[in-house]
Amino acid sequence: MARIVRPYGDTMDDGKVQLSFTLPVPEGPQGREAARLAVLGWGFKDCEVVHSDAISDDFSFYVAYASTDKGVDYDSARPDAAAETSMSMDEIDEFIRERLGRKVVIVGACTGFDAHTVGIDAIMNMKGYNHHYGLERYRMVEAHNLGAQVPNERLIEYAEKAGADALLVSQVVTQKDVHIGNLTELIELLEAKGERGRFVCVAGGPRIGNKLAVELGFDAGFGRGSYANDVAAFVAKKIVEKKKAR
Amino acid sequence: MRKKLGLSEEKIARARELASSIVSPIMEFVEGYTTVAVERATLRIAGADGADPDGVPVPNKIVDSIRASEPGLGGGALLRYADAVLRSGLAPEALNERIAAGLDICERPVSDAAAARGKAMELVSLGLDRITRNRSRREEKLREFEGRNNDPLLYLIVATGNIHEDVKQARAAALKGADVIAVIRTTAQSLLDYVPYGATTEGFGGTYATQENFRIMREALDEVAERERRYIRLTNYASGLCMPEIAAMGALERLDMMLNDSMYGILFRDINMYRTFVDQRFSRMINAFAGITINTGEDNYLTTSDAFENAHTVLASQFLNERFAREAGLPAGLMGLGHAFEMDPSIKDGFLYELAQAEMAREIFPEAPLKYMPPTKFMSGDVFQGLVMDSMFNFASKATGQGIHLLGMLTEAIHTPFMMDRFIGLETAKYVMNSMSSFADEVEFREGGLVRARAAEVLEQALSFLDEIEGKGLMEAIAAGMFADVRRPKDGGKGLEGLVKKSPDYWNPVEAELERALGIGG
Repeated sequence: MARIVRPYGDTMDDGKVQLSFTLPVPEGPQGREAARLAVLGWGFKDCEVVHSDAISDDFSFYVAYASTDKGVDYDSARPDAAAETSMSMDEIDEFIRERLGRKVVIVGACTGFDAHTVGIDAIMNMKGYNHHYGLERYRMVEAHNLGAQVPNERLIEYAEKAGADALLVSQVVTQKDVHIGNLTELIELLEAKGERGRFVCVAGGPRIGNKLAVELGFDAGFGRGSYANDVAAFVAKKIVEKKKAR
Repeated sequence: MRKKLGLSEEKIARARELASSIVSPIMEFVEGYTTVAVERATLRIAGADGADPDGVPVPNKIVDSIRASEPGLGGGALLRYADAVLRSGLAPEALNERIAAGLDICERPVSDAAAARGKAMELVSLGLDRITRNRSRREEKLREFEGRNNDPLLYLIVATGNIHEDVKQARAAALKGADVIAVIRTTAQSLLDYVPYGATTEGFGGTYATQENFRIMREALDEVAERERRYIRLTNYASGLCMPEIAAMGALERLDMMLNDSMYGILFRDINMYRTFVDQRFSRMINAFAGITINTGEDNYLTTSDAFENAHTVLASQFLNERFAREAGLPAGLMGLGHAFEMDPSIKDGFLYELAQAEMAREIFPEAPLKYMPPTKFMSGDVFQGLVMDSMFNFASKATGQGIHLLGMLTEAIHTPFMMDRFIGLETAKYVMNSMSSFADEVEFREGGLVRARAAEVLEQALSFLDEIEGKGLMEAIAAGMFADVRRPKDGGKGLEGLVKKSPDYWNPVEAELERALGIGG
């Protein structure tokens, strides 16, 4: 059964949305009309440009409200997420203890030239992020955070020595798709060494979705709004799954 | 400045004593060493520039060749370069081209050292005179446009990767009221042991720092400054493996600010500590001579660990950065000591703690143009909430008289700023700061109240932290992971191979001239 929904402003199905954007034209009546026409051109109805201002001589900023009559079938939406059933830290520790009976070794790094540790730190550091403790805090996880700017080769070498079960790779900088190259290279290196099956591979970052990560050969990807327990739950279940398959 | 926190002057003085005794053994070490980057910076001031067809810069070719030949780099690089200029009968520009084309200046030993020294002095004077002229030009313009800048200075970042695109965005930002434009460097430039040459249009997360890019942006900002009658400061990064070289290039092109921290590279970029300590001193001497304001990187302590629990590490690092800066002849007025507004927004009274810490920094470093960084860690995709957090930050900054205010971007957690993000940041900050302009003069902090207590607590913690470092030694403290929870072994990290022991005949007239001009001992 299809359930069609539209944006809600203050009345069911009014389809109201708010938009803000910049046009490379001077501010003025012509710019405002161009902005309105642009919004209508995108398929919206009843556009009202409520604010405009000059950003410089040649650029202007607009805030507009508009409405759409296009609906979406809510039931047909399938989320792009690896962690559909997450667990809490205690549940995960318990799960690992029961099913594996040993600590899970997880090695994480921000690879390539990416210098931003904020993502990997949020997942791995003891403190965690937003009241979700990081992997270092888990009693049944042995977490190794290698930090930033780690070459893929070094990550693999370290993971081999540490006897890792899982690799976590963070990519924050995605300008010009530099992350795609880094992530692809890791998988290719592992495959070349015949070690892809040895590790659960997880990618993460504000603009990394599960779909993208799986396409690139990872087991899962975690994007914005993911916490350590989402990642740990996935890794733990995956290791148990692999153990059963053996 | 009226003090409002009732902080103990004895404790502040004690912290400075500790900082001095922590830094002094490091300076003893530094004196005995040079680095490839110090030598390249020296060569650049004397006129070495350009790159070969593979992009290897001429200063690198010279230094590498000297290192590879007898007696090595321990005597410094400048004498050989000056000798080559003399012997070739060419101007430095023409000799640079020959070197770029493959000429090895070390093929023959120095023939007439006295004549080469004379030539070197002449080349160095030309470079230092240019820097002095730049400094005078800045001072002149600041006088001419006095009272036209915002207070605090509003600092905005551009980061397109393409210097020409950066110019468009910087121009728009400056026209709308930005006082400082920082061109963020491309990811990982800090780990390159050379500075690329020429204008660049490709970068990741930022734009290469090159001397030509500096020149292009300087020219664009000067144009806006004349039109707006407001001096626009230009900022780049004298950090990473090329710390002193970038300081030299910035001084030659009249940059006004440089990100420059005595320990940031060690802790957050895993650069070797010996290398960093030697490089940071020379880079700061150049900054001091050029009148360039440094921006230190204490904000990083708070993005990697908890801002409430680790506030004292920021203060301790400020004391150390201050001491290192003094050792390099940098006056307090050029010390943009860093800190940040990074507390978890769910902490009850968190804003009051931020206010306490910002006021504390202001009172402990009264002459420093403090560099205050906006929330980043708790910014999310909720741009509306983000804008409110930025507004609270704007309030705290104005209420405590900060000097350099890096504007928050409502899309901080999403993408490199859109042009309109900067515009919204500027407009909302100007509103907040104007509407509460005299707030700082109107308020006192209650004796026995939360704000005073917080400031006193952080100072106390910083003091015992410094005490512990002093007992251990700074290098040992870094190796033990006392800063930012990272352990950096003394012999680990990048760039150690670029450290060179000075031989008894080490000769560097740039260093000597800077020490003389800055009144510091050599």
